[in-house]
Amino acid sequence: MDILSLFIIVPIITILVLVFTKNLKQARVVSMIGSAVQLVMAVNLVFAYFKERAVNDSIMVFTKDVVWFEQFNIHYNIGVDGISVALLLLTTIVVLAGVFISWKMYHLPKEFFISLIVLSVGVYGFFISIDLFTMFVFFEIAVIPMYLLIGIWGSGPKEYSAMKLTLMLMGASAVLLVGILGIYFNSDADGGALTFNILEIAQVNIPFEAQKLFFPLTFIGFAVIGALFPFHTWSPDGHASAPTAVSMLHAGVLMKLGGYGVFRVAMYLLPLGAIDWSWVFIILSVIGVVYGALSAIRQTDLKYINAYSSVSHLGLVLFALLMLNKTAWNGAILQSLSHGFMTALFFALIGMIYGRTHTRDIGKLGGLLKVIPFISVIYVIAGLASLGLPGFSGFVAEMNIFVGAFQQEDTFMRVATILSISVIVITAVYILRVVGIMLMGPIKNDAYLKLEKVTWYERFGILLLLIPIVGIGVAPLWLSDMILESLDPFIKGLL
Amino acid sequence: MDFSSFLLMRHEIILLAVILLLVVAEVSISNAKKSSVVHLAIFLFGIHTIVGFFKIDYGSLFGGMFQTNELIHFFKNVLNIGVLILLLQSGDWLEEKIIQQQRGTEFFILLFSSLLGMYFMISAGDFLMFYLGLELSTLPVAALAAFEVTKRISSESGIKLILSAALASGVSLFGISMLYATTGSIYFAEISEAITASNLTILGFVLFFAGLGFKISLVPFHFWTADVYEGAPISIASYLSVISKGAAVFILMILLFTVLKPLMHIWENILYGVAIITMFIGNLFALRQQNMKRFLAFSSIAQAGFILLGLITGNQLGTTTVVYFVLIYIFSNLAAFGVVQAISLKTGKENMSDYEGLYRTNPNLSLVMMLALFSLAGIPPVAGFFGKFFLFTAAASKGYYLLVFLAVVNVTISLYYYLLVIRAMFLRKSDNAIPYFKSKIYMKLGLLITAVGILVIGLYSPLYDYIHELSKSVF
Repeated sequence: MDILSLFIIVPIITILVLVFTKNLKQARVVSMIGSAVQLVMAVNLVFAYFKERAVNDSIMVFTKDVVWFEQFNIHYNIGVDGISVALLLLTTIVVLAGVFISWKMYHLPKEFFISLIVLSVGVYGFFISIDLFTMFVFFEIAVIPMYLLIGIWGSGPKEYSAMKLTLMLMGASAVLLVGILGIYFNSDADGGALTFNILEIAQVNIPFEAQKLFFPLTFIGFAVIGALFPFHTWSPDGHASAPTAVSMLHAGVLMKLGGYGVFRVAMYLLPLGAIDWSWVFIILSVIGVVYGALSAIRQTDLKYINAYSSVSHLGLVLFALLMLNKTAWNGAILQSLSHGFMTALFFALIGMIYGRTHTRDIGKLGGLLKVIPFISVIYVIAGLASLGLPGFSGFVAEMNIFVGAFQQEDTFMRVATILSISVIVITAVYILRVVGIMLMGPIKNDAYLKLEKVTWYERFGILLLLIPIVGIGVAPLWLSDMILESLDPFIKGLL
Repeated sequence: MDFSSFLLMRHEIILLAVILLLVVAEVSISNAKKSSVVHLAIFLFGIHTIVGFFKIDYGSLFGGMFQTNELIHFFKNVLNIGVLILLLQSGDWLEEKIIQQQRGTEFFILLFSSLLGMYFMISAGDFLMFYLGLELSTLPVAALAAFEVTKRISSESGIKLILSAALASGVSLFGISMLYATTGSIYFAEISEAITASNLTILGFVLFFAGLGFKISLVPFHFWTADVYEGAPISIASYLSVISKGAAVFILMILLFTVLKPLMHIWENILYGVAIITMFIGNLFALRQQNMKRFLAFSSIAQAGFILLGLITGNQLGTTTVVYFVLIYIFSNLAAFGVVQAISLKTGKENMSDYEGLYRTNPNLSLVMMLALFSLAGIPPVAGFFGKFFLFTAAASKGYYLLVFLAVVNVTISLYYYLLVIRAMFLRKSDNAIPYFKSKIYMKLGLLITAVGILVIGLYSPLYDYIHELSKSVF
């Protein structure tokens, strides 16, 4: 069995075992073992990747190609480059942390963990696909469990949020389908056969007219899940209603599919379209960056604050991708990773605070640092990482993005860059505001004096997420090396 | 005359034998043991289905009135499987409700006669045979729709169906007569050579198309659908939406792609418009439905609109994707109707609000329903996704990107109302949820086959390749 297919097979086995579990105890242990195995596999993959990369300089390594639907030239074709390896590692960590955070999921535990792991199968499959069709299949598999996860286990207006999120994301994937079909039927432009293979299509000179037509469809199709303004509205509602582990997985991993898809499909396969359309999407992403951050300032619900902060941070990812140079791209991938860890950590902490105090309204919280110091300290650390303090992953990512963005010399790009840099200040405002109101100050409610202590599984989940944030911040080079060398084929398409 | 050539009609002959055997059984089995007719009929039809898969020669009979080829043969097998599943799903209903009224055998005789009509219709080599098949397939269904004589709504639906069907087949016959007037023949092979795009031919085609459009329930010929489905027994609603529609789609495809190919520049535009309004009307009307049968009626109208995306291509890719989609659609829709039937039989409840909290009381039924709805909505990895994706691919291969775009908009609309059912079953809690019940073995088997089909057909690509191989025989 090849090393990558295991990323699909192990979770499927986990699901099959889960079907036979009887109660929460069994379900969570099975899910934990399954996800832990995945994490070990991902760490192993990183080392194996470095070893393989030393002797193999093809774009994708560990490839496997099996014909699926012969008539359409659809293959089950998988492989990884540095970008996908990094994102796989992110996914395994967040999934395992999510399982730990859901340790006390009393309501329909079996169904919860099955849906969670189905979602992760979609994400793993998406990151390792080279074939557009397979990629699209996994994309939809990743999205649809969200409906049940939010609808059954969520809180607040969960039916509304679940429906809104699912329809917007599936609507986007429907638009994406048109884009993919457009790419497919232009993949014979150089006289070859029609193909869904990304690497082969990248060699084809797709006519400019077709690129112009299908780039926006493909871009928007993916970018909706990456919270592109004005299609981001599903995200705050969805995050606020979702249970903790689902918010973590969703913001931490699922939203990364957007940036990855935009980069791997829209920009890689339709580079001329990307150059032609970039100004539109730069404007939209800058609006998203600034608007998300400004909205976060005015929110009082912790989850909404974090959701709008995600809109802002992921807007930055799209912005960086559109800067069309390697430094910014490197920053975009790093930002994806860093945001994935950070936001998952935030949502985990918010879930823990909510589980204890039963409110997410920052106006009602106060002085938490005195009563639950562990959670509060980690919250401060996550906050500092989020506003880009050196030493944490956020700094490395944003540094790269803005250095890359400044390489663009015309006025339009300069203005856009300066506007998006302003977000650093705004981020500091909303992070420090929350820290000030919620963690410092007097204890507003006597009931808070007797809050439950942090349990071992919560600590475990938190540490899993904290280690990479500090790790990337202190020693980013191995990661950015891995990413940078994978960026070469992308830049070639633009020249 | 060489009688062995009659073996080309093996499907028809065996089915006729089954019908005659059932007539004998009706006479010879005493009233007290009438429920054994159900077992007998399902058993005989099971054998018929299995025999259908054996190899057979292909050719034409009666001077070209009757023809078979690999694809037609395959499609008859598909219809057989559909009817077999349907019989399994309605076995309990027949035993509990209909046998008591001493009317079990008529049900099978009428149903099988209608199926026989469909065989003749899709095997037709000229318009006469086609018309005979069309009538034979429709008339018994009208009697079946009115089969629950104790219910007023059932009789109403029978009358509605027979009146609209009579009108539709009359219009269709009028169209055929115009085609005959311009080409001087009723044989498909001769028409395709003589046909030209004169005004009279186009008028003839449009009238003829209206008749078939009625059977497929394309907009604007769909008005009967929801009312008839709501009143008819569920197995008949299911039959109309799956088997009857599938057969009509198939013969329409054969006619468009071979006989009427010279008119392609005309019917392309007609199908384009009809596809768009069918998808939108079907989907938009489905949004507000509360009764599950009406809900599935509008959903099946919308699905017919999607099928037109494959028909519009006029090539082998279109043929394959349409047959493949219809096959998947049969399994998906039968699963949905099966669950509705199981619940209706035990509790008499047919509204979406009755399904609230179903997962907590009847998890297996809810899961089958979820699979069916995901398949109808086109969510991977279940089969419906592959069916729809390939249909869209077929349309896009002709450059109809705008049509595909409108179709995917409709997929999103349809997802909303399919999710409404899932919301009721999984998300909602209810104090008077349908209590736990156990279905009998036939129903279980019927649902199990559909569920397995939905899971497997899409992922198992050799099936698609096989259909693709067969569809060469059309051209």
